[in-house]
Amino acid sequence: MSDANFKLNRRRFLQAGAAGTMLSAGYASGAFAKTATPALSEFTPEFFTADEWKFIMAATDRLIPADGEGPGALDARVPVFIDGQMAGPFGHAADWYMEGPHDPNAPAQLGYQSPLTPAEVYRAAIAELNAWCNDKHGSIFAELDKATKDSVLTALEKGEIKLESTKGANFFSLLLQNTKEGYFADPMYGGNHDMVAWKYIGFPGARASFREWVGVEKPYPLGPVDISGKRG
Amino acid sequence: MARQEKKRDVVIVGLGWTGSIMGMELCNEGLDVLALERGGDRDTVPDFQYPQVADELKYGVRYGFMQKPRKSTVTIRRSESETALPYRHLGSFLPGDGVGGAGMHWNGHTFRPMQEEFELKSYVEKNFGKDLISDDMAIQDWGISYKELEPYFDRFEKVAGISGYAGNLNGEIREGGNPFEAPRSDEFPMPPLDQTVDSNMFADAARKMGYHPYHRPSAVASTSYTNPYGMQLGPCNFCGFCERFGCLNYSKSSPQTCILDALKRKENFEYRTNAEVLKVELAADGKTAKGVTYIDANGEEVYQPADLVILAAYQLHNVHLMLLSGIGQAYNAATGEGVVGKNYAYQTNGGTALFFKDVDFNPFVGNGSNGHVIDDFAINQIDFGKEGFIGGSYISSGTFNGQPIRSMRLPADTPKWGAGWKEGIKDWYGHSMAIGSHGSNMSYHSNHLDLDPTYKDQHGRPLMRMTFNWKPNDIRMTQFMKSKIEPLAESMNPDIMQSSFKSEGAMYDVRPYQTTHNVGGAIMGTDPQSSAVNKFQQSWDVHNVFVLGASAFPQNIQYNPTGTVGALAYWAVDAIRKDYLPNPRPLA
Ligand SMILES: Cc1cc2nc3c(=O)[nH]c(=O)nc-3n(C[C@H](O)[C@H](O)[C@H](O)COP(=O)(O)OP(=O)(O)OC[C@H]3O[C@@H](n4cnc5c(N)ncnc54)[C@H](O)[C@@H]3O)c2cc1C
Ligand code: SF4
Repeated sequence: MSDANFKLNRRRFLQAGAAGTMLSAGYASGAFAKTATPALSEFTPEFFTADEWKFIMAATDRLIPADGEGPGALDARVPVFIDGQMAGPFGHAADWYMEGPHDPNAPAQLGYQSPLTPAEVYRAAIAELNAWCNDKHGSIFAELDKATKDSVLTALEKGEIKLESTKGANFFSLLLQNTKEGYFADPMYGGNHDMVAWKYIGFPGARASFREWVGVEKPYPLGPVDISGKRG
Repeated sequence: MARQEKKRDVVIVGLGWTGSIMGMELCNEGLDVLALERGGDRDTVPDFQYPQVADELKYGVRYGFMQKPRKSTVTIRRSESETALPYRHLGSFLPGDGVGGAGMHWNGHTFRPMQEEFELKSYVEKNFGKDLISDDMAIQDWGISYKELEPYFDRFEKVAGISGYAGNLNGEIREGGNPFEAPRSDEFPMPPLDQTVDSNMFADAARKMGYHPYHRPSAVASTSYTNPYGMQLGPCNFCGFCERFGCLNYSKSSPQTCILDALKRKENFEYRTNAEVLKVELAADGKTAKGVTYIDANGEEVYQPADLVILAAYQLHNVHLMLLSGIGQAYNAATGEGVVGKNYAYQTNGGTALFFKDVDFNPFVGNGSNGHVIDDFAINQIDFGKEGFIGGSYISSGTFNGQPIRSMRLPADTPKWGAGWKEGIKDWYGHSMAIGSHGSNMSYHSNHLDLDPTYKDQHGRPLMRMTFNWKPNDIRMTQFMKSKIEPLAESMNPDIMQSSFKSEGAMYDVRPYQTTHNVGGAIMGTDPQSSAVNKFQQSWDVHNVFVLGASAFPQNIQYNPTGTVGALAYWAVDAIRKDYLPNPRPLA
């Protein structure tokens, strides 16, 4: 476990350098001091248990890895976002129709049919998947090497690993969707830290005013702003 | 025992587009009007204010402004042999909830149907023969002509403040407009909007192929405008947080920006929010309604008597309330008897994505109604006999938003996750566009609505059950559009091109967003055996109940519905005013 954390810290350190380069190359530059956010390794999740948190950190790090150009899920603090979502109304299916009977064997095209809330899906799926990894590979998901982690995720995506506890919900697609949400949503939700993902792709965030840019075919020069008014 | 409130002249169920129109026009007639809206109150300030509203996650992805399935939903199956299951979270369609209804978070494409669409069955029979209409098909004429409705389209477009350019002005075909449209009696209230890069590229390519591109008629203001109710709109700034959002700029036409402030000033108007109507109460003989029962904000049941009941609750909820209240005979798909619930239809869309490595599209520069359109393959331009289907599409291009969670278009071979995905989003974000077809959907005896035998809502009422699937006729239509769009896309020389059109055997999938253009179920027509409301949107069976909205469409038009929904509301209220109020009775 300390091994996983060590890797994480080193990656964050390397990425901080990369992000700095990106900022100085941008327009609205790094003139704004970054707020001191505690390191991800020191974050205490509200919803996830320590074991679950290890899985979330490890899985999102493979879904959007730090390798190559651009921020990874951990640089963007995607796990913080997912934790917040699971602790909140989305995790509790506050808006969803949850009455039975449930038919977990229904065709996928008829949509979500599990009796579990998203938070319950994460809880059950992580436990079952960790048990599967222990069984097949001798350790929990977070402690597998990168290639094995990727092969597990691929098998999950393809439905080759069938999670009995979360039938009628598609855990992989939920996790992937939430990971991408955490990467791109406004930073107030805990992910997309310092608007790293918006800067990376060139989305100006909440600027929401482009009258002079209608029909103009050249790169938009301004960096993003977020809903709190911070510039990236 | 329900609490009883003071009797009103009119009670309106739902305060979206149609409820607001009816409220305004009936108040102007001097009637005492009460609107009951199941959702919360909502206005530009504070609910659509910048910057809070520019929140993709909250409104674009978590559907902050829309119906909550926990409180109201349907069950869905694709055939009689499947067991319908609840639509547990939103996906395919996004009904509104709260003041303004879906009219506050729509895109704003505001079309008129073709004249032929109002007489579709007769048009097909006359020009291509009866045989083209398969046994399963249930298409009908509307019982109203374009000509009768024209002044009311004009009225709605002036209230909503539509931007566009008439292609057929009193019979004169004008270059730059849509040459295939039915004649308009007047020019649009505002000139067309400026267009984004993709929209202009599409228009150039279409022109080169001999097609006739025109600006999409849009409920997005291109300039400053004051409507007939004295409501003011200001020019859109292409904020890119338009459809699914409320407008932060008083630019998108909605009940809020076009009607409600003026209506709220009237002393004879009252509205109550968090007031969900459960049922229309009928008199003992079943021939008139006495009022409605609703649940108020405190969960108390309230009986609200009224002389006139207007259902303006959106297509799905209108039909649900009719089924629950016993207004008209419920449709039975096995026997073909009954009318309420029959002819449910949807929209048949497809599209081709084009990727250009070297073009900067800046997709975040957009509005919900941006785009150029061609009608060269619209309903009145296709030889149905030769092509072997009934229907048509408009074809268009123009970006609405560049929000990265929901609008990240990537080449099909891009990995869905991992380093390859991360590389893909960098390479392709802002470097693609799409050409879409938006097409008709015929009605069928087997696509219909009734009450679900198993699932109940929070008040213990049966959910409505939707039985719907794609049919070969409409798939042939959309495949035809593919054969027209792909050569057009190819002529633009994209680096990569990929298409997505329904093909043979396609089954309805409730997960991806398609459109909130649910139609039918309380269709209009010329006789009570085959329709639920007459041409004035009046229930054949209960004459003081009028049913507004796309529930009246006998099959779906190739265009977005709201232009027609608005025109029908003005048409109906004119009949109520001139003909019904002086002598309340069945008008047909
Ligand atoms: C994302 C999106 C994009 C769209 N884009 C377009 C477009 O570009 N062009 C187009 O033509 N159309 C578009 N539409 C469709 C358009 O919004 C509707 O056609 C239009 O709003 C219908 O008006 P209405 O009055 O029938 O219903 P609504 O405007 O939805 O109003 C119905 C109201 O009734 C209330 N209600 C329902 N049941 C009850 C009850 N039991 N008691 C009390 N109140 C109740 C609802 O809460 C709602 O406020 C779009 C819709 C969506 C969601
Ligand atoms: S794009 Fe224009 S009309 Fe749409 S919400 Fe933004 S400012 Fe309003």
